[in-house]
Amino acid sequence: MIKAELPDAQVQVQDLTGGGDHYQVTVVSSQFAGKGLVQQHQLVYAALQQAMSTEAIHALALKTSTPSGS
Amino acid sequence: MTPELKEQLDDLVKQNKILVFMKGNKLMPQCGFSNNVVQILNTLGVPFETIDVLENSEIRQGIKEYSNWPTIPQVYINGKFVGGSDILIELYQKGELQETVEVALAS
Repeated sequence: MIKAELPDAQVQVQDLTGGGDHYQVTVVSSQFAGKGLVQQHQLVYAALQQAMSTEAIHALALKTSTPSGS
Repeated sequence: MTPELKEQLDDLVKQNKILVFMKGNKLMPQCGFSNNVVQILNTLGVPFETIDVLENSEIRQGIKEYSNWPTIPQVYINGKFVGGSDILIELYQKGELQETVEVALAS
């Protein structure tokens, strides 16, 4: 789902509880360059909008960065 | 969102230098993510106001639209949306939150 919006993204997903609704997601994408953290997270939320709005995903811990590391 | 609700939210974020939309209150957060934010701000020792979205379903839904952000808690500093729990933790760890807060309180 995330890759559909951010094609170059490297995505790591960890299911925190095993129940499939609490996730920790790390996303690395060059599209985050020059954007603030709020904007970076908004891009990911936009990609996940459907799953978030139906509450299929209850909790999402998100960490975003660019390939250069910042 | 109704214009009245937008105006109410505008006023709230303008009138409070540091404002947290959260579940529960400072003394009894009703969610772990809201608790994270309260603990961080307490650690910084700065004054902040909170709004319990569980007591107001209009604000609970409205603030998500207002900020274009799907989750609670949400932190506003100097009228600007700063982020939720993950971002607050990251900014705090980088030392950037302290700076933002100091600038806001000095203004």
